[in-house]
Amino acid sequence: MIELENVAYSYGGGELLSDISLELSPGSFHFLTGPSGAGKTTFLKLCYGALVPTAGEVRLFGDEVRTLHRDDIALVRRRVGVVHQDCQFLDHLPVADNVALPLAVSGQDGADHLEDLRELMGWVGLNARADAFPPQLSGGERQRAALARAVIMSPDVVLADEPTGNIDWEMSQRLLTLLIELNRMGKTIMIATHDLNLIRAAKAHVQARVLRISQRRVQLAGADL
Amino acid sequence: MLSGGFGRLLVLLVGDAQADRIVPPTGYTARLTVFSAAAMAFLAVFTLALSLATGRLADRWGAELARTSTLRISAPAEQMAAQTEAALRVLETTPGVERARALTDEEQRALLEPWFGPDLPVDTLPVPRLIEIVEGGDGFDAAGLRLRLSAEVPGAVLDDHTRWRRPLVSAARALRSLGWLAILLIAGTVAAMITLAANAALAANAQVIAVLRLVGARDSYIAGAFVRRFTQRALAGAAIGTVLGVGAIAFLPSADAAGGFLTGLGFRGWHWGLPVLIPPLAAAVAYVATRAAARRTLRELP
Repeated sequence: MIELENVAYSYGGGELLSDISLELSPGSFHFLTGPSGAGKTTFLKLCYGALVPTAGEVRLFGDEVRTLHRDDIALVRRRVGVVHQDCQFLDHLPVADNVALPLAVSGQDGADHLEDLRELMGWVGLNARADAFPPQLSGGERQRAALARAVIMSPDVVLADEPTGNIDWEMSQRLLTLLIELNRMGKTIMIATHDLNLIRAAKAHVQARVLRISQRRVQLAGADL
Repeated sequence: MLSGGFGRLLVLLVGDAQADRIVPPTGYTARLTVFSAAAMAFLAVFTLALSLATGRLADRWGAELARTSTLRISAPAEQMAAQTEAALRVLETTPGVERARALTDEEQRALLEPWFGPDLPVDTLPVPRLIEIVEGGDGFDAAGLRLRLSAEVPGAVLDDHTRWRRPLVSAARALRSLGWLAILLIAGTVAAMITLAANAALAANAQVIAVLRLVGARDSYIAGAFVRRFTQRALAGAAIGTVLGVGAIAFLPSADAAGGFLTGLGFRGWHWGLPVLIPPLAAAVAYVATRAAARRTLRELP
């Protein structure tokens, strides 16, 4: 699905990440941990083509990212659901329309997916807020809406950056269950998080691998969790 | 299913309701864009009228003045009648002269009246005799006629008006060229203005664009929403401006047919149809300008 080979990334100054080789295979479930500023967000951005590595190769669904045109990147993003840490929406459209936005931009008729949309909104507990506008949502509601938007296209890969940062334990369990369900359907999941409890909770249900960024490298964490 | 170009044009005009919602409505810049397009269309109507009017003026002067000439005979009083007779005989046998007629004393007095008053005793003054020549067919050979006159009527001076007609006609033609240049400048200004407005809109909607990119929107989808919006605004604004401009010209007080320059400002016949082209042209300019601005902006984003 997504392959990184000797990838390095530097922001002008020194290297933030270096010599990363990793393959996200179909149906895998990864957690990504590491101290703040270690490069978790940068790593995720490399995985969906928002950043191009300064060295090494990133292959998205088999194509080297440098060979992809802007339209190809757009198509990649229809297969990769992304939840940002600071979720952004179209603030002038209601939440339901925002969640359905990936359908709209890929030319699918929202009316055909009304049932899916309602079910998904119910799962993330936002049915009552469907007609609210994003600026009216709390931080937790925004993250749930962002997750719903990321998965509505039933993408092959879901990349989530601290998806449970502002959410209470119960709701984060619910979101985790949704991601685990998607994983059981064969989707590839990658969650960047600080929340060790979340990782432990997931490990009870799914074969999750934990990656840790330390000293600019991504390493497979042991069974210490 | 609508096919190809027509379908795209229809989408451009009526919009794609779903895609158009992705760009937030912006009352202020929208009104400014519509206003600017209207103002430019209004100016374009007047410039068009000016160009067409000066064009007509140049043609009329060129045509009418070419068809009449004046022969002036200055001679001592006792030779005046004989020289006039001789000149008329020469003119009658000149090919290209349809008719030639000596002005009567009354007519000459009427011509001089504005300058000297009604009581001028023309017959006591050495006023030259004027002969009005109306040309026919392809006109006469002025140089040849001058040669014959100098031999037979020494006091005759032929004025075929070319001397003062040429600068007038070329001035009118220059004015017409300036008018067309002004129309081009107006089109360029519309393009610049729409580009600025589109750039401002694209910059103000950076978050919208980032979100759309994130969820997999193609550049053409994003650009399309902006392009449609600005094309529609330019079309609507230019339509308003054109209607107002044409209305203003239609209701311009027509100061009789004396042929003054200002009264000629307006449209004649099928020229009334030309302003109809202004709104679509403004829309086309807006389409190209917004498209270029959107593509440029989007290329720089991840």
